[in-house]
Amino acid sequence: MKYIEEFRDRRLAEKLAASIAEESAGGKADGRPFRFMEFCGGHTHAIYRFGLPDLLPSTVEMVHGPGCPVCVLPMAKIDVAIKLAQLPGVTLCSYGDMMRVPGGLRMSLMKAKAAGADVRMVTSPHDALMFAKENPDRQVIFFAIGFETTTPPTAVVIKQAQALGLKNFFVFCNHVLTPPALGWLLEASKDNDADTPPLDGFVGPSHVSAVIGTKPYEVAPRDYGKPVVISGFEPLDVMQAILMLVRQVKEGRAEVENEYTRAVTRDGNVKAQALMNEVFELRDTFEWRGLGWMPNSALKLREAFADFDAEKRFEAPVSEAKENPACQCPAILRGAKTPEECKLFGTVCTPENPIGSCMVSSEGGCAAWYSYGRRGK
Amino acid sequence: MTQKRIERSIDLKNGRVDMTHGSGGRAMAQLIGQLFAKAFDNPALAEGNDQARLDLPMVDGKPARLSFSTDSYVISPLFFPGGDIGSLAVHGTVNDVALSGAKPLWLSAGFILEEGFPLADLARIVTSMAEAAKRCGVDIVTGDTKVVEKGKADGVFINTAGVGALNPAYDWSAAKIKPGDAILLSGPIGDHGIAVMAKRENLTFEEEILSDSAALHEMIAAMAVSGAAIHAMRDPTRGGLATTLNEMAQSAGVGFRLDETAIPVRAAVRSVCEILGLDPLYVANEGRLIAFCAEADAEKLLAVMQAQEHGREAAIIGRVVEDPNAFVEMKTQLGGHRMVDWLAGEQLPRIC
Repeated sequence: MKYIEEFRDRRLAEKLAASIAEESAGGKADGRPFRFMEFCGGHTHAIYRFGLPDLLPSTVEMVHGPGCPVCVLPMAKIDVAIKLAQLPGVTLCSYGDMMRVPGGLRMSLMKAKAAGADVRMVTSPHDALMFAKENPDRQVIFFAIGFETTTPPTAVVIKQAQALGLKNFFVFCNHVLTPPALGWLLEASKDNDADTPPLDGFVGPSHVSAVIGTKPYEVAPRDYGKPVVISGFEPLDVMQAILMLVRQVKEGRAEVENEYTRAVTRDGNVKAQALMNEVFELRDTFEWRGLGWMPNSALKLREAFADFDAEKRFEAPVSEAKENPACQCPAILRGAKTPEECKLFGTVCTPENPIGSCMVSSEGGCAAWYSYGRRGK
Repeated sequence: MTQKRIERSIDLKNGRVDMTHGSGGRAMAQLIGQLFAKAFDNPALAEGNDQARLDLPMVDGKPARLSFSTDSYVISPLFFPGGDIGSLAVHGTVNDVALSGAKPLWLSAGFILEEGFPLADLARIVTSMAEAAKRCGVDIVTGDTKVVEKGKADGVFINTAGVGALNPAYDWSAAKIKPGDAILLSGPIGDHGIAVMAKRENLTFEEEILSDSAALHEMIAAMAVSGAAIHAMRDPTRGGLATTLNEMAQSAGVGFRLDETAIPVRAAVRSVCEILGLDPLYVANEGRLIAFCAEADAEKLLAVMQAQEHGREAAIIGRVVEDPNAFVEMKTQLGGHRMVDWLAGEQLPRIC
């Protein structure tokens, strides 16, 4: 099996589309369409890249969730990263997608680099570690972001740095957690006004789940009566997951089901979880862009690894960056509004000049819609 | 009695570029004489003047129009599977000239060398350029050499400008693209960008991916006399097929509708793109062209391309429609639709 073509087979897609249309015909019991949120930005991207909205019937609506770590990082944190990069002797290593994001002062890591700051793009934390090892005269800070998919690799390099006895390697930790964000969404959707249709279920993230397993999602059915189906990234995975969600709703079930059985188990990657637990602990609270302050939703380095904590070693002044008041990201992230209902969308706010979190990364709902979904009427 | 001057050979095996090679003095003259002029040898260059004096080309007894283009090459790494900065610098400019329908004739070559750059590598690059030029039937008739301090250039940067003779009857331009026109692509996309990326990241595969860098003037010449009504042609280099199509759609004020299943992509390239999170539509190509022709002539033009060495895998990938937004849209392999938007940001640094 080659794993790319098989999961993009057109005939299978058509069969799934037909099943979804048949089984969702007429909408739910109250006649309203089925509304599902795909939590993960990678799924939003996949849905638009393959043109899935055209294959789904009008009785199924997809709402785009906040599962994009670039999108949910507050501008204030970008400003901190930029300040760190501008310190003498510092090399800041960052993932590519963070480099373009504008901070509060319309500066970005890319612009700071152009102005002389030593900012380097890396594709993994390992690259940053190696750079630190080979350049003992530089203070190397790795700008760590991401949900549980990228957290274990960060834990690994911190332990490796410790084993190597490195004195010039640090991590600026902005790792965030999926289950609290899901819980927040479930709570927040209670605040949607009466006209906003409720979310009927969730398409759960692929790689996060490979790490954390399916167990943590049980809060959704148990406490909120909402089904969750963990899905792979390929278009057939997503369509199969949608079909499974439709079936749960119709049959009055609310469970966590796993469509991505080729990579995800109930317990997940236990070793990765142990590593995360060894190196990191929960922050009391963390600000999520577009969602606000959320308790117990983000990680920091444990005391045992304080030598590698950039926030302890360097002066990291927090800025007072404020979001544009016209930006509708908070409502969009809860499924209460669509990108087109935001006045800034496509005019002032574009992928080249992103104003809000949803436009900032190619996986954000607004960015995905702008780049793939906009079409002539 | 005149003294016999002993001219030392420059050490092409172990020597390195130093600041004297750019100072205009004897060392520079030696470098030019023993390396560049020797490799590129042709009558105009041999005259050794500051400029090349060339006879105006004629077409059907009348002076041809001139087609003139320039490009700079800053690629890293300098040597990659399927080519090097030298052959790239020749093919790229030859293609830019040839895409107007002109016959490429002459190139200039300007070099900016970094202090410390190994002369052995420079010799390899220069030899590669000379061989590429010969294959393309062009002469490198004038050039320039500068040297900058260590750290101010990435080994070597090359600029080539090219001149070709254009039959005034050919006037291919994005402005000529009309709704109804067919869109043709000469071969699989993504080879060059992925080959370079793989080399840079030290990725190895079962099936080596080679850059598609190639000169397309012969295929273009065959297309020009095919009898097909050609409206425009361009090569999808930096930013990939998607970027070039968006540029042309906007220029022409029309929309393009593509069929994803018709766009050729090598399986190996697709796999690497999946692993690295890249979209082949935005990956650079160096030996491909896009052509727009009248709908009725599409099959005829396709056949002519497929008969050529660099067009064997050519395909009709879409058509032109009326569209005031000048959107490029695509029917996906699953039968849905998506936009093929401009590239936001950068996919790959320095691939051409």
